[in-house]
Amino acid sequence: MLDGVGFTLDVGAVVGLVGESGCGKSVTAMSVMRLLPSPPSRVDRGGIRFDGTDLLSLDEHAMRDMRGNRIGMIFQEPMTSLNPTFTVGWQIDEALRLHTNLGRNERHERCLELMKLVGIGAAERRLKQYPHELSGGLRQRVMIAMALACEPRLLVADEPTTALDVTIQAQILALLSDLRDRLGMAILLITHDLGVVAEYCDHVVVMYAGRVVEKAPVRPLFANPRHPYTAGLLASIPKLDGERGVLPTIPGMVPNPGNRPPGCPFADRCPNVLPRCRVEMPPLAGGADGHAFACWNPVS
Amino acid sequence: MAAYLARRIVQAVLILLGVTFVTFVLLYLLPADPARQIAGRSATAATVQSIRQQLGLDLPLWQQYLRYLGNLVQGDMGRSYIQRTGVAPLVWSRLPATLLLMAGAIVCELVIGLGAGILAAVRRGKPADTTVMVASFLGVSAPQFVVGILLLYVFAVRLQWFPIGGYGTFAHLVLPALTLGILGGGWYSRMTRSSMVDVLRQDYIRTARAKGAGERRVVYIHALRNAVLPLIAMIGLDIGIFMSGAVVVESVFGWPGIGQLTWQAIQQVDIPVIMGVTLTAAVFIVLGNLLADLIAPLADPRIKLR
Repeated sequence: MLDGVGFTLDVGAVVGLVGESGCGKSVTAMSVMRLLPSPPSRVDRGGIRFDGTDLLSLDEHAMRDMRGNRIGMIFQEPMTSLNPTFTVGWQIDEALRLHTNLGRNERHERCLELMKLVGIGAAERRLKQYPHELSGGLRQRVMIAMALACEPRLLVADEPTTALDVTIQAQILALLSDLRDRLGMAILLITHDLGVVAEYCDHVVVMYAGRVVEKAPVRPLFANPRHPYTAGLLASIPKLDGERGVLPTIPGMVPNPGNRPPGCPFADRCPNVLPRCRVEMPPLAGGADGHAFACWNPVS
Repeated sequence: MAAYLARRIVQAVLILLGVTFVTFVLLYLLPADPARQIAGRSATAATVQSIRQQLGLDLPLWQQYLRYLGNLVQGDMGRSYIQRTGVAPLVWSRLPATLLLMAGAIVCELVIGLGAGILAAVRRGKPADTTVMVASFLGVSAPQFVVGILLLYVFAVRLQWFPIGGYGTFAHLVLPALTLGILGGGWYSRMTRSSMVDVLRQDYIRTARAKGAGERRVVYIHALRNAVLPLIAMIGLDIGIFMSGAVVVESVFGWPGIGQLTWQAIQQVDIPVIMGVTLTAAVFIVLGNLLADLIAPLADPRIKLR
């Protein structure tokens, strides 16, 4: 249940989509790919524009030409996202078979090139291995290689590092950032980790209960969050130089997006709540600096 | 691999030894007198006694069993009391028909089971799914002779597409194989459906779609390869089950397989033949399982034989 989720990715930009579990981040990503099972999912209003085409107006066949070709996607669980019964090489090669007319040898060359691109050594041997023979970090690199096989213009990364340990997380994110610089693609990075956002993203979109509540370039957002929810998220990050003590948390739970109260969905948990918040949803509005937020009583 | 095979073969020999022992003891306990059977009703007590001595039936159980085993390792499965021929050639002569019916039945089972199971899984919750589930339930629960006679009536008597019974040409094979296939297909379609439904929920299926694979490719390449893994063990079991003879189907269609041989032998208390077919069935059950275990790693690279 998404409502008024609007944001733009510029060529070569990394946009972070943040919010707590269940706020609709992954649903947004899956909608871009049009991978939500339908029924029950449907789009009542709105559009998803990509390079001037409305993805929602494409038929299934044209959409398949987009997936894995112009738009690549990687997922949260590298351990289960690769097919256990096919070799890594076969699975990367499949993306090329589906979307290009390259011959067998050219495809093999390209696979080796991709393995090198994502930093996997001994590529020739690795291509012949099965997913269970690789570590989580390597599997995520394979997923990236697969998603990048056809040089997509947009990479949707749905919590690509959540399941990996911290050092591997940093490697994968550095790799994504480096690939963005080299290939000039845009990345939609879905995460709940604000540290990751601060380090790797150009823009941030904060979601709450299926709605965008604030969006801004990274620096202004971290320096001067306007929506109380964003402010609460930022306050709950531990600081290395700060005083020790109990970390602040945001009390309460996210309302079920399917059963939203009439006003602002954050009203019940908001320290700045006004009577108006409970009856009327604030629109997403902002200045020319690209900083927009949906709040009647923003943090100053 | 060699060590694995060696261990499995030792296991197999032990299992078969156990089977011969249990069958032998059970048949020994039967209240039947083979010597009297062979001699005939009018024979004198002296004749019966001499036959008993000749066959070693007067020896204690353990001596009889060791004699049987001794003959067995030399390839001698004994002689039929009734047919006056060796058991080995008797079983051997029935083997081609049984193997043929087994192959036909397994092909039918797989075609029916996989086809219906995949259809049901892909159309989960829709009318096609319900239809397949109801049909498979009928297939699982219908008795062999009912399905057999029904097919016979429709396709052999009414439509006259196939011969009524017997053995020899491909046309003879169709109806008995189809009967077994319809019944087994019920099981296979249920297994395939549940396994396929489970696989279609996996993350790697989402990956395949995100890669731009079409629905057909997703189902028949990405999902099917994973979904058939549990079926391999089932095929292994079926090899054993069909080798012990499809008794009812063979009777309905007059198919000269091991099933009919078994049936006759039991009716006539032809102990050496019963021993022979039991042992043959056991051999094929063990072989079927071994075959399934050897094939599994080819389909699923995560399985290693150790």
